[in-house]
Amino acid sequence: MANEPARILMGNQACAEGALAAGCSFYAGYPITPSSEIMETLADRLPREGKVFVQMEDEIGSICAVIGASWAGAKAMTATAGPGLSLMMEGLGYAAFTETPCVIVDVQRAGPATGQATRIGSGDILQVRFGMHGDVCPIALSPGSVQEMYDLTIRAFNLAERYRVPVFLMADEGVGHLRESVFLHKNFTIENRVRDTSRPPFGSDDPAGVPPMPVFGDGADLMITGSTHDERGFRKVDDPEPHRRLVERINRKILDHASDIVEVDERFMDDAEVAVVAYGFTGRSALAAVKALRRDGKRVGLVRLKTLWPFPQAEMVRLDGRVRRVVVPEMNRGQVAMLVRAEMNADVVSLSQTDGEVIEPDAIAAKVREVLP
Amino acid sequence: MTRALEHWLRVKSSTFCPGCGHGILLGAVVRALDELAIDRRNLLFVSGIGCAAWIPSPHIKADTLHTLHGRAVAYATGAKLFNPRLTTLVVSGDGDLTSIGGNHLIHAARRNLGITVICANNQIYGMTGGQTASTTPVGALTATAPAGNAWPPFDLVKLVLGAGGRYVARWPVSRPRPLISSIQKGIQSGQFAFIEAVSPCPTQFGRRNRVDDVTDLYRRMDEDCIDAAEAERLSPEERAGKIIIGEFGDV
Repeated sequence: MANEPARILMGNQACAEGALAAGCSFYAGYPITPSSEIMETLADRLPREGKVFVQMEDEIGSICAVIGASWAGAKAMTATAGPGLSLMMEGLGYAAFTETPCVIVDVQRAGPATGQATRIGSGDILQVRFGMHGDVCPIALSPGSVQEMYDLTIRAFNLAERYRVPVFLMADEGVGHLRESVFLHKNFTIENRVRDTSRPPFGSDDPAGVPPMPVFGDGADLMITGSTHDERGFRKVDDPEPHRRLVERINRKILDHASDIVEVDERFMDDAEVAVVAYGFTGRSALAAVKALRRDGKRVGLVRLKTLWPFPQAEMVRLDGRVRRVVVPEMNRGQVAMLVRAEMNADVVSLSQTDGEVIEPDAIAAKVREVLP
Repeated sequence: MTRALEHWLRVKSSTFCPGCGHGILLGAVVRALDELAIDRRNLLFVSGIGCAAWIPSPHIKADTLHTLHGRAVAYATGAKLFNPRLTTLVVSGDGDLTSIGGNHLIHAARRNLGITVICANNQIYGMTGGQTASTTPVGALTATAPAGNAWPPFDLVKLVLGAGGRYVARWPVSRPRPLISSIQKGIQSGQFAFIEAVSPCPTQFGRRNRVDDVTDLYRRMDEDCIDAAEAERLSPEERAGKIIIGEFGDV
């Protein structure tokens, strides 16, 4: 990695570079601020590599085209922001239920509704987990730098292929439009779905297993449906057992492998009495705040969540025994603070900011000083 | 369907109601493909939600993608653009393709995406229980228009032609031979092709509109179907309620 020349790129451009590096071969999307640079970069680059780019008529069409392309064998992605994500919800549930690998980048802006299209927010964290009807369990990653826009986009593609699941990159306007140095390295492996036609594509002997995924043209006579289906794809719309089995497996294949998926980045945590739990662009302010507090001799550390879903439950339970208080700064009404609180006996203090502005390090440091023992 | 075509079928039973036109359409699709000696390995069916979406899935033994309500054409867009070798047929209903899914249909026509869309038009929502569609005739009785439908239906041929569809045809299922020919012509054109198959629904449309005899429903439909030349000779009053059948477009 150190041997690669650094480049200065915008986060959204680094995301597009990560997609190309990971083998993205299909992009369908609809323009929306603040994500459009991802689409514009791939509109230029994908066709030049003999791959497919299409601007669809809306975000509903975009996610559906992504799913169709994925079953045709593509590593497919789209990028959007809150309003587009809301439109995609039905298709995302379909992708989860049919176990379709795909990557969705959500460059979050200040919502709800149209909100402030050019301002920052992180209000979509619960939506990607609970916005779809029924119980589905996607994977969501949270980049905190331009480098992570590159690295986590690659990881998103790999996790999508490994688990046959939609994977969200929960970026925000801050990391999306930030320009800083990035290494477009090749220090990663590329994972691909198993295109085995000899085993059923929608079932597994392992109740948390990931079945193989042949694609159109492989001769598998695929039968894909968003209705409840058996392991070969036949609709089972009345029987309780196939429904229970499928719903449980698509959730368990993620939850039972949380330790393989979840990544957190700990800083100054060895002797910390207070932990700041942060993610996305706010993780940068949180690190600056922790460093400032350390200079004052305060025993404060940072736990930065690089994975939001499956939620780092085990990591939070472990943290509970180590610190007395936790501060969760975030650009919403305390969405992740609520999740952290559910895992802890320690006091969890939410620092909520909903004004479309970045949370400044001083605001986080002040909140930590309030709660220091 | 003759036994010689059974190798096209994944299941040998059907959930369609007695008198439904969709079984005839299924037979027409399979015959069209069989006569073309199509490469089944690279054949893809995409459908949405509703009775007509069940024509390919699970019946036809090929790759089938049964999608969300209204979105079949968008799914097909992704698959076809990524793998242009896939002979891609969308088979779905009028409500699915032209009401909830109308936007995807007109944009695929605009792009001249090389797929064949077969719209089984029964003029009503069948599976959900007989509600008004964007294709229901004025005055027809439905579960959501108990006093008769107030708004005029889409003319699907004009809609798709207006959006840029290259090959457009309309036939009732009671005339399977031209229907089969149009499906073949659409596939072979390699362009965006739209074929409307007028397919009666005795259970919902017939029952609610007091056409209790299935043969009566088919006879009335067939009598309503006239070609463009014949329509030219009629006064606007005489033309009302007629279904203009034939081939349209540039191909």
